[in-house]
Amino acid sequence: MSEGTIKKFMFVNRKAPYGTIYALESLEVVLITAAFDQDVSLVFMDDGVFQLKKGQQTKGIENKNFSPTYRALDGYDIEKLYVEEEALAARGLSEDDLLVDVIVMSRAELGKLMNDMDVVLSF
Amino acid sequence: MLHIINKSPAERNALDSCLNVAQDGGVILLIEDAVYAATQGNEAEAKLRDALSRFKVFALAPDLEARGMGDRVMEGVATVDYGGFVDLVTEHKNCQSWL
Amino acid sequence: MKIAVTINEGPYQHQASDSAYLFCKAALEKGHEIRRVFFYNDGVNNASSLTEPPQDDRNIVTRWSKLAEEHKLDLVVCVAAALRRGIRDENLAPGFRISGLGQLVEAGIEADRLVTFGD
Repeated sequence: MSEGTIKKFMFVNRKAPYGTIYALESLEVVLITAAFDQDVSLVFMDDGVFQLKKGQQTKGIENKNFSPTYRALDGYDIEKLYVEEEALAARGLSEDDLLVDVIVMSRAELGKLMNDMDVVLSF
Repeated sequence: MLHIINKSPAERNALDSCLNVAQDGGVILLIEDAVYAATQGNEAEAKLRDALSRFKVFALAPDLEARGMGDRVMEGVATVDYGGFVDLVTEHKNCQSWL
Repeated sequence: MKIAVTINEGPYQHQASDSAYLFCKAALEKGHEIRRVFFYNDGVNNASSLTEPPQDDRNIVTRWSKLAEEHKLDLVVCVAAALRRGIRDENLAPGFRISGLGQLVEAGIEADRLVTFGD
């Protein structure tokens, strides 16, 4: 039975938004997982850090701008957003460029965190 | 934990990302196009050889054979069939697919 | 052991569905339980009954249907992802059912392992 079981779920986001649908559909799973009262962590690595870039304007590509949803995660009690330090640096980004408060971590620290998870999902 | 990679190192950075993040003692399973990484003479060979001191590395034999690379597996990489893939999953507490 | 599987890519274009199928078959042969196979992203296209590959090719869709029938597998297609891509009850292959994303989360909670196959 799933009732009462709390597992550690990690969502690994390594892809940029809009070029493919993965970022958006990953976010949809994240929201549902929170509704199940699970222990949710989001990790943004590699190009996944672009998902959190401030100032996304999607009118010109006629796509829904889903980036405000990251700001709403707080309301779903999802507060563990981890961002790969090296990925930011490699893309000319800093924490100030991101649209939400995050915890910046080194790759090694992220690896330790990942080891500790029950379920790791990546899209 | 088990790390599953399915993309050629010449096409995607999945192997690099995994090697950067995975903790020592982890196990890496190469499937689909990732099996090319474990073949002799591939430009990823040196990288993977270095990784062998930190990780156990497996490659899926049916994927190697399908690509005509069954006889080119580099030393130190073990091959498994789908049953072995299942065993690797059950033997480890969790797994991450580096998509 | 209870194993759950997620498939995030459609048939033929990517190897994901083939790998997942062969993985499930091997797990069942070893006596494990496949708790659920969840189809997400373009993976929902694995459930289209309109799929018609050439005769000398494997039929990925009917292969899943057959495995589901033989082993009473729970093949779940995400409703939101399915509607986006034109998969509905009218063209759903036997053995599949359309349901919510909660089924994926539930599988993650209930299964001992969850393995993702994608691009």
